[in-house]
Amino acid sequence: MKIKTALAGAIAAMAFAPAAFAERGSDGHLSIIYWQAPSILNPFLSGGTKDIESSSMIIEPLGRYDQNGNMVPYLAAEIPTVANGGVSADLTSITWKLQSGLLWSDGTPVTSADIKFTADYCMHPEGGCAQAAKFDKVSSVDIVDDLTVTVHFSQAMPNPYGPFMGGQSPIIQKAQFENCMGAKAPECTDANFGPIGTGPFRVTEFRTNDVIQMEANPNYRDPAKPAFATVTFKGGGDATAAGRAVLETGEFDYAWNLQLAPDVIDSMAAAGVGTAISAFGSLVERIEVNLTDPSSSLPEGERSTVAHPHPFLSNANVRKALSIAIDRNLLVEVGYGRAGRPTCNLVPAPALYASDNTECLTQDIEGAKALLEAEGYVDTNGDGVREKDGVELRVLYQTSTNAVRQDFQALIKEWWQEIGVATELRNLDASVYFGGDPGSPDTYQKFYADVEMYANNFDGTDPQAYLGAYRCGTEPKPSSQWQGENINRFCDPNYDALIDQLAQTGDLEERGRLGRMMNDMMTKDSNVIIPLVDRGRVSAHANSLGGVVLNTWDSELWNVSDWYRIK
Amino acid sequence: MTETTQTQGTIPVRNQWWDVWDQFKTHRGAVIGGAFLIFITLFVLVGPYLWQVDAQKLDIRNKDLRPFYIGLFADVKWSWSRPLGTDHLGRDIMANLIQGGQISMAVGWTAMILSLFLGTLIGVLAGFFKRLDGILMRFTDLVLSLPLLPILLVMMLLFRDPLRAAFGPETGIFILIVSGIGITSWMHTARIVRGDILAIKEREFVLAARSIGTPPRRMITRHLLPNVMSPIMVSATLGLASAIITESALSFLGLGFPSDFPTWGKILFDSVDRMASFPERVIWPGLCISLTVLSVNYIGDGLRDALDPRIRGL
Amino acid sequence: MLTYTIRRLILAVPTLLFIALVIFLLLELAPGDPMAEMPLTIPPEVKEKMREALGLGQPWYVRFYLWLYQFFVVEPQYWIDGLFGTNFADGAQRIISFQSRSPVFNTIAERIPQTLWVVGMSYVVGVLIALPIGIISAVRQYSWFDNFGTFVSMVGFSVPTFFTGVLLIVIFSVNLGWFPSIYDTTLKVDDWPSFVKQLKQMAMPVFVLALYNAAQISRFMRASMLDNLGQDYVRTARAKGMTEKVVVLKHVLRNSLIPVVTVIALGVPQVFGGAIITEQVFKVNGLGQLLIIAIHGNDVPMVLTLTFIFAVLIVVFNLIADILYGVLDPRIRYD
Repeated sequence: MKIKTALAGAIAAMAFAPAAFAERGSDGHLSIIYWQAPSILNPFLSGGTKDIESSSMIIEPLGRYDQNGNMVPYLAAEIPTVANGGVSADLTSITWKLQSGLLWSDGTPVTSADIKFTADYCMHPEGGCAQAAKFDKVSSVDIVDDLTVTVHFSQAMPNPYGPFMGGQSPIIQKAQFENCMGAKAPECTDANFGPIGTGPFRVTEFRTNDVIQMEANPNYRDPAKPAFATVTFKGGGDATAAGRAVLETGEFDYAWNLQLAPDVIDSMAAAGVGTAISAFGSLVERIEVNLTDPSSSLPEGERSTVAHPHPFLSNANVRKALSIAIDRNLLVEVGYGRAGRPTCNLVPAPALYASDNTECLTQDIEGAKALLEAEGYVDTNGDGVREKDGVELRVLYQTSTNAVRQDFQALIKEWWQEIGVATELRNLDASVYFGGDPGSPDTYQKFYADVEMYANNFDGTDPQAYLGAYRCGTEPKPSSQWQGENINRFCDPNYDALIDQLAQTGDLEERGRLGRMMNDMMTKDSNVIIPLVDRGRVSAHANSLGGVVLNTWDSELWNVSDWYRIK
Repeated sequence: MTETTQTQGTIPVRNQWWDVWDQFKTHRGAVIGGAFLIFITLFVLVGPYLWQVDAQKLDIRNKDLRPFYIGLFADVKWSWSRPLGTDHLGRDIMANLIQGGQISMAVGWTAMILSLFLGTLIGVLAGFFKRLDGILMRFTDLVLSLPLLPILLVMMLLFRDPLRAAFGPETGIFILIVSGIGITSWMHTARIVRGDILAIKEREFVLAARSIGTPPRRMITRHLLPNVMSPIMVSATLGLASAIITESALSFLGLGFPSDFPTWGKILFDSVDRMASFPERVIWPGLCISLTVLSVNYIGDGLRDALDPRIRGL
Repeated sequence: MLTYTIRRLILAVPTLLFIALVIFLLLELAPGDPMAEMPLTIPPEVKEKMREALGLGQPWYVRFYLWLYQFFVVEPQYWIDGLFGTNFADGAQRIISFQSRSPVFNTIAERIPQTLWVVGMSYVVGVLIALPIGIISAVRQYSWFDNFGTFVSMVGFSVPTFFTGVLLIVIFSVNLGWFPSIYDTTLKVDDWPSFVKQLKQMAMPVFVLALYNAAQISRFMRASMLDNLGQDYVRTARAKGMTEKVVVLKHVLRNSLIPVVTVIALGVPQVFGGAIITEQVFKVNGLGQLLIIAIHGNDVPMVLTLTFIFAVLIVVFNLIADILYGVLDPRIRYD
């Protein structure tokens, strides 16, 4: 067994140009396991990652992001830019041109009408399209000829790559979905479970929340691909089981997103059947600080609203003390291993937007104590908790239930205890915590706690919308049914000005400068957001599976047509 | 039965509980079980005073220490100061077992007694009073068919903050969990007790008791309850085990104790991923739960034998 | 007995309607949101639109009435159409899951085979081994067999399935490689090799669940047998010169079955409820997994339909248990 795998590795190294002479379907069967089971193969009706990624084997967008975040054409002949004339100089329109000769898996040609239909489908007011944000500001989609469409925006779009770019907005076939517009969308079960696509595979059987069977698409544009004839895409279980099936028993070829402690992954990988791979994107695990008072003594409707500033967390130096008391390197070591990097940034990537902010990376307990001391917080009654004017530094720290997050809570609680801040921990069921039920006190938007921890990222490579979330007045509040993205209840007119400026700037260098400035305002200048770990993605593939390139900017299965069996 | 401490002249009215105790003593399993239960109770109650290591103290340099019995024979990281080893954050496993045991035992016993009380009460009432039977059993059907998770989420939503305000975070959540488990696990007991009561109340001795005008309350406590003791005992044993396990499942769902409160079930659950590399982390909490349940089972057996006058007389 | 049964069946209708209402209100009250599983990158306005598209904008009584109508009128129509090729339903809206936007009954039908194979089989196996173990343990009280049985069943019951399941996987899948660790729901059993494959993938989950079920039932069987073995009628039967076999199997067993019948009858609906943890551990993806995913995703139509079917089974099997009491013990009279 050992010799065999070693041999396989050697062959893989030699045969660097993969399967150049391969023939479609010559490598037999591929099995993939996602521990979250796909429910539907229409990403416009479900924004879930599992649904977007499983459907990406079947339906494709005009262009995708590669593993470095660069745009690569898929159905389009090339990526339109200002330089090649595809994007108008005033940034209000973008013209996409399809490759010629593309066929749907049922043999009919792909035309610009399909692209326009896709936009109409998602922009239908009653459809409840999950990707509607991708089509934000689109005023019209015009068919130029059979292969060309122009998307017009109602204002200048420095980043016009929302529609039809990336796994979130693939092209669907007009003929199949024509009668599924708007309120009728859920009635088209057959179409939603078996979309006709241009991708390397097509569905033969779909069982919701369980398993998908696929076969090679006979009309795929590259006649030599995909190398696999059939695919089983199993869902369900948990990350441990998925990792075990690929790394230990070898029953499956590919496992997605192994959110497991590093030592667990290493001990599984020691079996020598598979390999764990990792890559980084824009996902940051962070502590969000509540700038308003969540005290339960306030009347309902005033808790955690801007009417009452937080008694001590509204003080920037207290927040800073909390931040520098944390040993981010240790957090990475315990929780993520090579799938994590300590970070002080809200936007850790792409490089253009990543600030060189490294101040917080070294833990400084003494510095934190000094900061609190200077602010007048001292422990006068000897209970280990600092106080000023009768206000004790006691925080409620909430997060969702997840083994790594609970370890983080334990560690951070300990460090904060050292600097004289008492912490009460609370972990909540993810389906409540991340839900938006205005009746529940436990949602992350309602934020009935002093600090909370979760991870967030942005789609694609442009952080404009992500950074724009912290606009004054957009915080969750009773009048907005507790919906909103400005979780911290942050408000700074200078920041709002930068948001507006970013929205009007097309020059990339300038955008980068503005983005970094905004990132710094949220993190090192104010410590309103305390970034902890730049979280990568860990997946695993069998040693006999070649061609896997892990991509965090788009679907992980973005290049599944290039996968092959190492013989 | 030998008369032991009775002095001549006094009336030989021995308290019947002495008979029960004498009979109980002869049951070897029950005695061993009782001894173990006392031991494990002392272990978790007195343990913190003897083993003064803070269960929550993180010591990242000494993480993943192995227990002494492996350390003595193999070349692994271990230390006498951490006889059962440490977990992946360097927390002492022995201290965690002690502290976890306190919570698990408290939750297990309280929830079990609550569910037993509710189950027996409803079962007896439904079985004995024909008028109540329909309504109570339909109510049982209702509770049986409610999905557990949403019930707990709703309880959490409604009662967590008031309880936290009234009793503090720890006691508040304890009350919530115990009542959550208790009120969702009494239905089996109720159905079983009712079934037995239905059969027993048609027996001749009940008819006899009724004919001399025994009031319903006496009828239930003196004639019916003693005769349904054995299924209740079995329910109690099984209920203790499932309460301890359910608590761990709740923590897993984010509905249980905060993460800095270890319980046996939670230690077991958290360690399953590392079972192959660190078997001691699942074996010890698993043994604690199993042996506690086993000893309660044997005590139950012994008690049933001791309480049954037909056996005691032999 | 017949009038009792008919009365109970008629009474079951309002009971079930009430149960449906309570479940619905419970789900309504429970915190949670079908949008909870969507990535945070989807802005709140879009999520609000998606909620509206799911019909969540309407008041609760409208949605409850709609569900009742769909469950009791539309779904049977589709069912009849499917059987006889008629067209009663005429394209009416069926009960649609929030998560998959597909009719919930199609999904439930997909799940029933694996749940019956695994959970049902384990229940049958569990009952079949529990009854003899319980009987022998009682007849030979405190023999080594009894002690061993007690030990195994107590350990089997008190060690949670999330542990035993993973333990079996580590031993038999990872180290020995005998059984697959992941259940293949698409396997079609049509010849001997595929049957063997099915047996292999069923082996571990069935073992785990059967142990758990057998532990519980054998305890009740044993306790109830012990109760009856000490009764006067047993002495009488023995005194009449009956063989021990007849005494135990004919007299004692029959009288001991009442609590056991209750436990078994209560367990059958739970078979259909699936075994949430075991299904999760072995990736069986049956009804239990469907329910837990639906609860986590706040998929109200799916949860409501599943729990309602579950409630129907509970009511029916409790009625069966009540009738069996009368059969087992003719002294029990309901009329």
